[in-house]
Amino acid sequence: MSDNTLNTKQKTGVVQTTGHSWDGDLQEYTNPLPRWWLWCFYGTVVFSILYWFIYPSWPVGKGWLKGYGTVDYTITDKATGGTVEKKDQHWNTRALLLEHLSEAANDPKRKEMLAKVQAATPEQIAKDPQLMEFVRSVGKGLFGDNCAACHGQGGQGVVGLYPNLTDNDWLWGGSTDKIQETITLGRKGFMPAFGAVLKPDQLDDVAEYVLTLSNEAKPSEAADRGKAIFQGQVGGCYYCHGADGKGLASMGSANLTDKIWAIVDVPAQKTLQDKKAQIASFVAKGVNNTRIMPTWQNRLSPTDIKLLAVYVHQLSGGK
Amino acid sequence: MSDQTVPLYQKRIPIHPRSVKGRFRTLKTGILTLAYLVYFLLPWLRWDRPNAPNQAVLYDLPGRHFYIFGLTVQVQDIFWLAGVLIIFAILLFFVTGLAGRVWCGYFCFQTLWTDLYMMIEHWVQGERPARLRLSKGPWSREKLIKVSATYAIWLLVAFWTGLTFTMYWVDAPTLVVDFLLGRAPSSAYFTTLFLTTTTFVMAGLAREQVCVYMCPYARFQSAMFDHDTLIISYDRQRGEGSKGRARLGKGLKTREERQAQGVGDCIDCGYCVQVCPVGIDIRNGLQYQCISCALCIDACDVVMDNQKWPRGLVSYTSENALNGKKTTLLKPKTLGYGVILTTATAVLIWSIATRSPYTAMVEQIRQPLYTQLSDGSIRNVYEVKLNNKLTAPMTVGIRIEGLAGATLDMDGMERIALEPQERIKLLARVRIPPPRVKEGDAHEKRDDVHEKDDLEHAKVTFVVEALAGATAKPIRRNVPFYVPDHD
Repeated sequence: MSDNTLNTKQKTGVVQTTGHSWDGDLQEYTNPLPRWWLWCFYGTVVFSILYWFIYPSWPVGKGWLKGYGTVDYTITDKATGGTVEKKDQHWNTRALLLEHLSEAANDPKRKEMLAKVQAATPEQIAKDPQLMEFVRSVGKGLFGDNCAACHGQGGQGVVGLYPNLTDNDWLWGGSTDKIQETITLGRKGFMPAFGAVLKPDQLDDVAEYVLTLSNEAKPSEAADRGKAIFQGQVGGCYYCHGADGKGLASMGSANLTDKIWAIVDVPAQKTLQDKKAQIASFVAKGVNNTRIMPTWQNRLSPTDIKLLAVYVHQLSGGK
Repeated sequence: MSDQTVPLYQKRIPIHPRSVKGRFRTLKTGILTLAYLVYFLLPWLRWDRPNAPNQAVLYDLPGRHFYIFGLTVQVQDIFWLAGVLIIFAILLFFVTGLAGRVWCGYFCFQTLWTDLYMMIEHWVQGERPARLRLSKGPWSREKLIKVSATYAIWLLVAFWTGLTFTMYWVDAPTLVVDFLLGRAPSSAYFTTLFLTTTTFVMAGLAREQVCVYMCPYARFQSAMFDHDTLIISYDRQRGEGSKGRARLGKGLKTREERQAQGVGDCIDCGYCVQVCPVGIDIRNGLQYQCISCALCIDACDVVMDNQKWPRGLVSYTSENALNGKKTTLLKPKTLGYGVILTTATAVLIWSIATRSPYTAMVEQIRQPLYTQLSDGSIRNVYEVKLNNKLTAPMTVGIRIEGLAGATLDMDGMERIALEPQERIKLLARVRIPPPRVKEGDAHEKRDDVHEKDDLEHAKVTFVVEALAGATAKPIRRNVPFYVPDHD
């Protein structure tokens, strides 16, 4: 380092110049690059060449040079613990992430918790604070991946399209067993269209009656006429909704007596007239092939479905 | 290289300090022994902790806990570390303003380890003249053996220093066995190797260069000096007289003879220079290299005692004292540092003494913000995070207040037993009966039924209290409660 010195006097001629001159006397020094800098630069050149061999680098045609570096990882089936896929591919951060996930220090813990979920009944899981914490954390991911597209990130659904899973009103039953069945087999909601069967004023009467069931409308003559249609052979609504209008979980029919409206957004309508109109037009159309919950048994393992059922159940507090 | 250039790099001039005996040397050796005993033995001290590691001082990074005797520091309490650092910084300022570079001279690990390395050097290679001869002489069998023996012992000390540092982060007995059997984690080997290398290089090879060129404290401490700060100084008036210092010689043997000739008390023996670990001459005045180790005081005292002259030719003094003025210690600056220091210490002690044995956080789950239930009642959902900070089990109860008619449903986990140091997240559902929409003034008010308009900025308070296993004030968390806003 003895050459690391400072020239106290830099006279023209002592240091070499490029020979160019501007404005008569403006010249440019050609000082040699500092040696440490030069060696660092050579080092980066060597590094980059090694890099090309190991990691993906240059674009070639439509592909790219993949490099000789590889990432090994295996994906294990969460339900059985057996190896499903073993992959060995060129270096990339996605594979690296999967590798880290499968070898991470907390993975044994995760496997242990999953085994517990697999062994326990939903009731046992619900009573175990640690298992419930695990179910909420893993369930949130599973729900986000598979269910949130329709039911929303928090399970709040969309009125008229997808049921709200956070309230305590369940079309197909709100016990963990029923939810598990719903996820496994799927559901298909159906209500016949009454537009051809009932006249417009009859539809109006039925709508009025339906609103009295949940105290949205006061008893009236129209409601009485509606009741006759609802409970009688003309409409036959009671086949599915029950004589008391509380619905049947086995049919997936809605409870018309509570404050929750899954399909017709009654609370959003300002006047009774609007509410009636909305219900009447829905009864005229019915539900056919528009409210379908797909089956998940071919996409999710039984443990995942059980875990999701417990997760969904705790979203609502269950029933 | 011509005379036009000034080198930016100065080669190290080896320093071979002579040993000395005296008050300050004894004090320094005492502090060194104490510091080494604490540093090297502390990781081996056991501490009975049920349900947690049994090492008295353990910084458990993977487990996210710092164990310091009876105190367990959790991640969320890490601001105490900031408090400790602030206290140390202010303490440094305070002491430096009063007494100069006390930290450098007596306590700094650079000084302590350099001191030990010099002792080893002295033990193997002998006193200063012997070391000088060895270092200047050509390579011989003797030189090879002595130098390699010194380096070997240095390396051993450095290694044990590094390993001991590592012991503070994992269980010490396990680490030593695992380390020697090659089973320890790579981070343990790396840490030990790193500390071994730095100890060897800093204390064995770089030494005073660390203080002179590397250490920021060394430089900014001088900014805290004033005319009243204790410094180690040579009494120029006494030492030099009117004609300067002179060696003992004919007609210059006694103080009287020397004073008659106008010669000062300094006999220019050079002992103070030879003992200096940073290689300066204290007689040239206060220098930035001086680490205030006070060994030159010991050296001069020995010489003065020999001559039966009074001590104190080199002594702790202040610039004011040297100039015959009064030294004031109680200055606004020192008082200010003192006040900050006391306050910071009090706050830290208060914070540690009143720490809660558990923590509780409540966060609203905002998707959805609220749910209307089938009977029209409104529900909000919250996540309650609990952390038992003790190394013993405890039972915690959760209830709500502040929102009339509200009920809490936690699936039976309103009362929960927490394992030692357990962290858990629970779900809490809070439900109020259907709020009424105002229909003019003509309706009765009820305490347990809310008017919808009153609920616009409603809040609910979660009260979390220890029911068993700990005594502490309940933790209260205020969180919003949302209701539908469309009518």
